Parts: sequence; C-alpha cells; structure tokens
Amino acid sequence: MSSNKEEPKKPVPASSSPPSKPSTTTTAKPPAKPAPPATAKPPATAAAKPVPAAPSPKKEPEPPAFEKGLADQVKKRFGESIKVVFIRPLRIKIQVDPKDTVEVATFLRDTMGFDHAESVAGTDYPKENQIEVIYHLGSYTREDLAAHVLSLTTRTNRDDAHLPTLINVYKSVEYHERETFEMLGVYFEGHPRNDRFLLPEDWADIPPLRKDFRIKGR
Amino acid sequence: MTSLEDKFEESKKLGLQIVKESEEDRLMTLSVGPQHPGSGHFRITIKVDGDYIVYCDPDPGYVHRGEEKMCEYRNVIQNIPHLERPVIHDSNNITYSYSLAVEELVGIEVPRRGQFIRAIASELNRQVYTLYWLAIYGIFLGHSTMFMWPTGDRELFIDLLEALTGARVTHAYNIPGGVRNDMPDGFKDRCMRQVRYFEKRLKEYEDIFYNNPLFRQRTEGVAVLSKEDAIKLGVTGSVVRASGIPYDIRKAEPYDIYNEIDFKVQYMKTGDCFARSYVPFLDMKESCHIIEQLLDKMPQSGEVRAKLQPNPKGPPGEAYRRVESGRGALGYYIVSDGTPKPYRVKISVGSFRNMLALPYLLVGQKLADMPAVYWSLNYWPVEADR
Repeated sequence: MSSNKEEPKKPVPASSSPPSKPSTTTTAKPPAKPAPPATAKPPATAAAKPVPAAPSPKKEPEPPAFEKGLADQVKKRFGESIKVVFIRPLRIKIQVDPKDTVEVATFLRDTMGFDHAESVAGTDYPKENQIEVIYHLGSYTREDLAAHVLSLTTRTNRDDAHLPTLINVYKSVEYHERETFEMLGVYFEGHPRNDRFLLPEDWADIPPLRKDFRIKGR
Repeated sequence: MTSLEDKFEESKKLGLQIVKESEEDRLMTLSVGPQHPGSGHFRITIKVDGDYIVYCDPDPGYVHRGEEKMCEYRNVIQNIPHLERPVIHDSNNITYSYSLAVEELVGIEVPRRGQFIRAIASELNRQVYTLYWLAIYGIFLGHSTMFMWPTGDRELFIDLLEALTGARVTHAYNIPGGVRNDMPDGFKDRCMRQVRYFEKRLKEYEDIFYNNPLFRQRTEGVAVLSKEDAIKLGVTGSVVRASGIPYDIRKAEPYDIYNEIDFKVQYMKTGDCFARSYVPFLDMKESCHIIEQLLDKMPQSGEVRAKLQPNPKGPPGEAYRRVESGRGALGYYIVSDGTPKPYRVKISVGSFRNMLALPYLLVGQKLADMPAVYWSLNYWPVEADR
C-alpha cells in the first residue's frame, strides 16, 4: 500500500456520556486527515480551470501520491483491460468493460477496502448510443479512504442495455440498481427485482431519464 | 382436554365445515401507508404472523417528482428552489452539496465570510430537522410531551432562520458562490442566546424522554443492526454511527471551513433503536458547540458571495460532492457538458440508502414495534423519492 499519510491514531476516550449508559457512547477520533493537497479550496479550481485554457498537454492535473498509489494498485492487477481517470484529488474514476465489472468490484472490495456503494447513477449519451452506469464506492473500514469516493463506471449499448448486477459484491446497490433500471432502462442480469420502484405502477412510457424523453411543454 | 384434531372430527360429525388453516392463511398482509400518518408518504407492505412481522417490502415513490429530470431543463441557479423541496425542513443542507458541486465545476471561490454564514445556516437547519424528527419519534411512541417540546423549540430556530434568510422553511439561501444575503444586525447575539437556551432544554429532553423507563423498554435491544451489516447495507448518517462506525462527512471530507472547527463525531456501539434515536440527540448537542465556534470565528466583515456571471457555466466535466445532512451523507453527482444547464444530476440521499435497512430490521419484530424501528432510521420519504 503506498499510503503516504498513516497517522498514528489513538482511541480518544468518551467525552459525552449518555444519561445512564456507560461505555455505549464514545467520541471518535476523526478519520485521518486527507492528503495535504486535498483541502477544500484548491481542487475545485485546479481540476476545473486548466481544462479549457490548455487542452494540449492532457496529463496536467498530476494526481497526488496517495491517489496515484490507488490507481497503480488497480492497474497492476488488471492491466490494459481497465482505464483509470484522475478527476481531482480524492476522486478517481475507473472505466471497465461490462464483463469485468464483477471481478473489478470484488477486487476493490476485498483488496482495496471500498466496502459499500453510495449511489449508482446512470447517464444517457444518445450521440454515442451508450449509457454509462457509475457506481460511487466509499469505505467505512479504512480511515485513510474515508474522504475518497471511487467511481466504477461501465458503458452499455443503448438499444439493448444489459449489465451484470453487482448485488452479490455490494448488497448496498440493491435499490440503486432497481432505480437505474426503471429510470434508464438498464437491465441488470442477476438482480432479483428489475421492476417498478419510484414511478407509478401504470407508467407506460420510455424510461424518463433517457434523453429522448421530454417533459411536456418544455 | 380436547385437542384440535378431536374438535375437527367432532365438527365433522355435527355436519360443520371447519377448514384447517394452512401456513399461507395464517399470514395477514397489511399495507401501511402511503397515507398513514405513521409512515409518511410511503407504503410498506408487511405480512404478519400473529404479532410478528415476517415479510416487509418498502414501496417508495408516492411523492416522486422527478427532481433529477427537472434539473436538466434549468440552469444551475434556477435549479436551487426546486431542489430543496424534497426536504423543506433541511433545505440549507440539500442545497449545500449542490452548491459545492457547481462551484467545483464552474470554478468559483467562496469568500470566507460566506463560507461561515452558510455553515451556520446549515447547522441551524439541521437542528430544525432533527427537532422535527424527534417530535415525530416521540408522538409515535406515545409520548406526547416529546411532541410538544421539540415542536415549540423548533419554532425558535425557524425564527432565527427567518431573520437570516427571509423565509421560514424553504430558504434557497445557499447558492453557488456563497449565500444570498448577509446577516442582519444583532443576529450573532440572538443566535448565541438561542443556542444557550437550547443547550439547557436538551438536558430536560434527556430527563423526560431518553431516561424514561418506558421509552427505554420500547427501544433498547430492539432491531439491532450490527456493525458488519451496517457496512454491508451501506447505511449512512445516524444509523451507521449508531452501529459503531464514527463516520461523518464533516470530519471525513471537511468542506468549506469545517476543518477549522473542533468537534467530535458522536457515535454509539449498540446499534439498537435506542442508539439510533440517541445519536441524533448527541448530534444536536455537538451542533450547538459548532454554531458557537462558527459565530466566534466568523470574520466581522467582508463579502458573502462571489460574483457570478449571469449564466454560470464551466468546462465539460463531472463532480461528486457530499455534505452531512440531518439524515446522513447527501451527495450530488453532476455531469456538465459545458452548457449552463447540467447534463445529468444525480442526488444521492441518506433516506434512500437507509431504506435498505428497513426490511432487514423489521422482519422478526412485533407489529407494535414498527413505528419505533421505522422512525429510528431517520427516514424522510419525500427525500427518498426525490
């Protein structure tokens, strides 16, 4: 692990005690501070600004050491079959082929410590005839990953949108994938319930978050 | 003593038709909601075997409004008022992470005083939300004093926010670039007074509610969510902190000026209904300290918002930003294609994530414990539906 900021952490004893319940409430030491360049202000501009000005050198936002370590770890295991994109400090995006998602997700969970999914988002790209599905993965168990959100993305054909489900790797994607199914029409193979969730039961139109669905009158 | 079999034989002799019940007949299906006051705008289909819940299927969507689709038709500033509709009690937090994500995409630097003011507004709003939740939790456990007191104290925070933002519940106050307007004169003193008063009140809440033996019996040891399961289910906010994981976005990934604030993440280890209802209370206490610090450290003068171009837009890109709301992590994933309107907005809300724990916790509980379990999840149906 090329972690560059393993701070020594000591458990801090309880400061705020519950009414008559000793030792149930303790006060936590904050999870390890994110890497030095990852404070609130600089990444916003650093990641967003240089792009329009100078698109010539494509590699200009150089990832900090910790993010680079994470990226190298995944690259080392999967080689050319995946693509790692550095968005900004604390945010890495991994693009994989649909057939590799389960394998990569299992690796991310078991070896790298991303233990739960925060959300699953789908984006429709009609021009490329593709739908992108993004799993935002986070970690509760590793304190040095607490600030990180790793995006695992995969793309599927828009006309016949099928993807393998990740429910056996991340139980937490169950409702998110169901929502993606009904909002974007991506069928998750192996998911126990690809059915109605948020939309009305008598909904009889195309999935509403696809770009060719238009809100009436707009 | 005649056994059931004997009775059955006897009834046949008498010419009566008594049908033996099968396993399926034993179960009774109940539909709780979507208009039941105990469930909010949300339906839970449950099956009970006698007193015990054996099956539970949450069915959200009764108040689904398509917020994410609506975002694609408006520019980033026009989106603010409708985005706070899912949680009008916590409207400053739900627009906070949206503002952070837009600032990241457009490249806006928020003035320091603006950062403080919007942190104060969000903390005050979190108190409003948590008090509202506590009032509901109280009344559904049959404790009507616990409905009256938080509702009354919540009004004082609403008055503060009204003085600050101009509106009682839907503020549209946090905007990309800072806050909409500066603090009124004398707000600092008024806010301090209110917070000190509220800290005293919290002790009384503890005495009358959390130390109440009846409340303890209804909640202690009920519907335990273990640490491993909490991680597996990916729950967030007070639910995950009640299961022994000290995870708070304000600490894990500090935004704006939260890295300058000294506070502790409140958590418990038991994972039962009591822990899940007590952690938000501890959060309220801690939030009082945060507000006091914010008021002390705030610069006395300066800009409160950055100058924006009329139609703010940035280069194509994507951003995912999170804040800690009253119900846990609240994240926005925004994809921009370089136009003033977002290409895609995904709202990742705590309620939606915590809903996954509901079937897990309810099955095996008594029907009478349903409100205690359901409201302990800090679940807000309208937010989950979006």
